[in-house]
Amino acid sequence: MSTLEIRDLHVAITADDVQKEILRGVTLTINSGETHAIMGPNGSGKSTLAYSIAGHPKYTVTSGTINLDGEDVLAMSVDERARAGLFLAMQYPVEVPGVTVSNFLRTAKTAIDGEAPKLRTWVKDVKEAMGNLRMDPVFAERGVNEGFSGGEKKRHEILQLELLKPRFAVLDETDSGLDVDALRIVSEGVNRAQEASDMGVLLITHYTRILRYIKPDFVHVFVDGVIAEEGGPELADRLEDEGYDRFLTAAV
Amino acid sequence: MSLLAEKTQRPGLAPHTDSVATFVPDQSRAERTRSYAVADFPMPTGREEDWRFTPVDRIRPLLKDEATGLCLDWDESLPAGVRLGTMSVADWQAAGAPAPADRAAAIAAAHSGGVGVIDIPNDAELTEPVRIRLSGGDGQLVHGHLMIRAGRFSKATVVLTHDGLADYSEVLTITASDGAHLTVVSLQEWDDRSIHLGQHDVVVGRDAQVKHIAVTLGGAIVRLNTNATYAGPGGSFEAYGVYFADAGQHLEHRLFVDHAVPHCTSNVEYKGALQGDSARTVWVGDVLIRAAAEGTDTYELNRNLLLTDGARADSIPNLEIETGEIAGAGHASATGRFDDQQLFYLMARGIPEAEARRLVVRGFFAAVVSRIGVPEVIGHLMSAIDAELEASVAVAS
Ligand SMILES: Nc1ncnc2c1ncn2[C@@H]1O[C@H](COP(=O)(O)OP(=O)(O)O)[C@@H](O)[C@H]1O
Ligand SMILES: [Mg+2]
Repeated sequence: MSTLEIRDLHVAITADDVQKEILRGVTLTINSGETHAIMGPNGSGKSTLAYSIAGHPKYTVTSGTINLDGEDVLAMSVDERARAGLFLAMQYPVEVPGVTVSNFLRTAKTAIDGEAPKLRTWVKDVKEAMGNLRMDPVFAERGVNEGFSGGEKKRHEILQLELLKPRFAVLDETDSGLDVDALRIVSEGVNRAQEASDMGVLLITHYTRILRYIKPDFVHVFVDGVIAEEGGPELADRLEDEGYDRFLTAAV
Repeated sequence: MSLLAEKTQRPGLAPHTDSVATFVPDQSRAERTRSYAVADFPMPTGREEDWRFTPVDRIRPLLKDEATGLCLDWDESLPAGVRLGTMSVADWQAAGAPAPADRAAAIAAAHSGGVGVIDIPNDAELTEPVRIRLSGGDGQLVHGHLMIRAGRFSKATVVLTHDGLADYSEVLTITASDGAHLTVVSLQEWDDRSIHLGQHDVVVGRDAQVKHIAVTLGGAIVRLNTNATYAGPGGSFEAYGVYFADAGQHLEHRLFVDHAVPHCTSNVEYKGALQGDSARTVWVGDVLIRAAAEGTDTYELNRNLLLTDGARADSIPNLEIETGEIAGAGHASATGRFDDQQLFYLMARGIPEAEARRLVVRGFFAAVVSRIGVPEVIGHLMSAIDAELEASVAVAS
């Protein structure tokens, strides 16, 4: 069993030479196999938390800690974090022109495992994972996210999740921009990955509809860079009915 | 005459950042001097349109109207049937070879002492490239003069490799007879102190297909002028280029495709990466579609990737169209910085930084490299790009 532990995390970004504090003390513990939903209005700092866990250089951790089974995550480089078992499915996946999906996946798998995957089983695994996500095989030979639609990009993120088998996955608004069919297909991929490897999931979402397919064990409501309320799945139902208004007025 | 210089984009070719305004010259590209006589080209000052980017002061020795009698070391491998011979400069002129277009080329042609001619016989289909390696030694000043003649319906690839230390100025005439399929690769892998000025003229015969490929990695100053004309309808000219400039290098590629014959096509695609202080590249792509050239289809593209601060890439496409009856004409040009988001994305998947950079840069070049179509050149080029990047990582750390 693994534990990802975030303690009193403060994060700032620098824009136009001004440092602005976005996260103002976030504490959160996720264990293997658990699913935590983070919900909150736009601009509340959800992506900031996701990027800070992954180590994006734009975000500066000013205080607090992130530990993975006692290891100091904040001391690791971006690639080291991924190799330690952390995965971020991005809200806006990046295009890398000219690098084929198949080359990218194989390179990432080799980096994560520390050795090249066995060719025969790897090709089969990729094909099967793409099939499950209803991705046309031609995507393997296209440039990474190059000209992909929003939905295709999200499927590609979950394809990586399934193939790289992280210990903890942060899914940043993987549901946004998906139609109902795609939402179900992508959610099934997340559930498969979790069943296969007992992965812990931090599911960031603005809406509740993805929670019909991915059942959270815990729900945390993010407002203005702090967790304003937390509880079980019933909290999501309440947000479904009431929206975030209650928190927004309270935050003023 | 309509002078038209517009920026068009093909679908799927969205630039990262759009750097240059299209340059509109005050005279037509057709009006530039072409002559075999050195006297017709005064000493450039560096303010002339065709010299304004070049460090003219550093190439003075190659602008001096004086023979040196020196040459580069030759090493050739000729597939069966291919002949290597010589021709006098007078015969070369009499054969109607395109005339020099600047002072350096006029001097190279005048003082080369003769033209080395590679003849590919009619109907020959070569399975192996013609390989010619030209090497400098102690920095000698050399005037070079070559001609490649592809016979009717022949199929051939010629790979010219330039390396070592020299100040080299050359004229290369390439003629493809009717129906010939010819690929000429010019590799610049000079010592980083060498200077290379070149004029490559391509004459595309009726229904002939010529691919001209320039790969420029080494040299202090490399300036290549590649010009294409058509001798009959149905001709196709493709020009692909890859360059990689490090600190202190000036790599300049100028192209001029002169469409004066109907129903011909041209496609130009050059991509360059720059790293290090004062790394400098220039790309100028001129296309002229004359009134007679109905049914022309042309496209040109240049993209530059700035890997570090302090590097500078100029990119100047220019399209002049004198007839409305064309099949297509467009160009695109963009210069962008290395995208840190791409680096983050790859690293977030466990890929170490050096390898991630390599992937991004290889990816940047992938499309143009795949069009080169000569496996030995592609393999060689990719490892050369890796080596350039390794050198930069070593410097940075
Ligand atoms: N690159 C940035 N430049 C300036 N402000 C930013 C940047 N990224 C995030 N912010 C600000 O940080 C706050 C939190 O943003 P974000 O973490 O993206 O929120 P969420 O994902 O919950 O919508 C917002 O006020 C946003 O405007
Ligand atoms: Mg967000």
